[in-house]
Amino acid sequence: MKEIILPELGEDVKEATVSFWHHKEGDEVAKDDDLVEFYTDKANFNVKSPASGVLKTISAKEGEKIEVGSVIGVIEEK
Amino acid sequence: MKIDITRREFSEYRQAWRYQKELVNLRRSGLISDTLILTEHPAVITIGRKGRKSDGNVLVSDRVLDSKGIEVVEIDRGGDITLHCPGQLVCYPVMDLKNYGRDAHRYLRNLEEVIIGALGEHGIDSQRVEGATGVWVGDEKISSIGVGVTGWITYHGVSLNVCPDLEQYSLINMCGMKNARATSMKKILNRGISVDEVFPAVIEHFKKVFGNYYETTNSCGTGRQNRFKQC
Repeated sequence: MKEIILPELGEDVKEATVSFWHHKEGDEVAKDDDLVEFYTDKANFNVKSPASGVLKTISAKEGEKIEVGSVIGVIEEK
Repeated sequence: MKIDITRREFSEYRQAWRYQKELVNLRRSGLISDTLILTEHPAVITIGRKGRKSDGNVLVSDRVLDSKGIEVVEIDRGGDITLHCPGQLVCYPVMDLKNYGRDAHRYLRNLEEVIIGALGEHGIDSQRVEGATGVWVGDEKISSIGVGVTGWITYHGVSLNVCPDLEQYSLINMCGMKNARATSMKKILNRGISVDEVFPAVIEHFKKVFGNYYETTNSCGTGRQNRFKQC
């Protein structure tokens, strides 16, 4: 299992909003595939898959505000 | 570090967007240096991830937009709705923020600093407004910023109103704000000024703000080109 974490985005960036997931739960993903987009005030971030496997869990829904460092999903590694 | 500067007098919006994404992939692979694209677009309305076309910030009907040949494009940058048109310089830095402290919001402040410096060269005092990213002259906005970051590589960027037809801003609630008004260098200086007169100062301040990281590869020329020109 590999946790997907909303990374640090900058010193004064405490949270970001989930824009959309490129995949749904159960999809196979490859390492470095585009996985999920976040936005803050004027910046949009694309988070890539940390591993190859199946996107097992999405725990941050679209439109939800998430603190940086939070777990936003889980990849079941192959 | 060095920066490549690519100047194209005009480019269709979607073409420039695709080009940025190609550069992002090349930058991530280490095949190119950081690159600053400077161009202008035919009139186009773009909406970042913070907004939707259905938000009602486009103030005219699709029919009116069609008659003017103005497309509305929802895109992968931060921020809400904006407008690009001739007379507005757009700057798209494709740079690896891993070399600049991995800080997306510091990057926004740095882009503001570039524009404030370039405007100063032309005798215009401009400011930041806390909580309203961009550059303002009094209560009017002269520069809008919205960026995308993928794997710490940047795309999209910053626009500067040099001499656009400001009437076009009546088509939208700029940035999704009902009372925000746009201004331009031409309006403030009360004289004609062209994008070609302004972009060298933007390049200079870009180099200044992003520090001694950079040596520029070449000087830059202008001219209508069919493709983006490395210059």
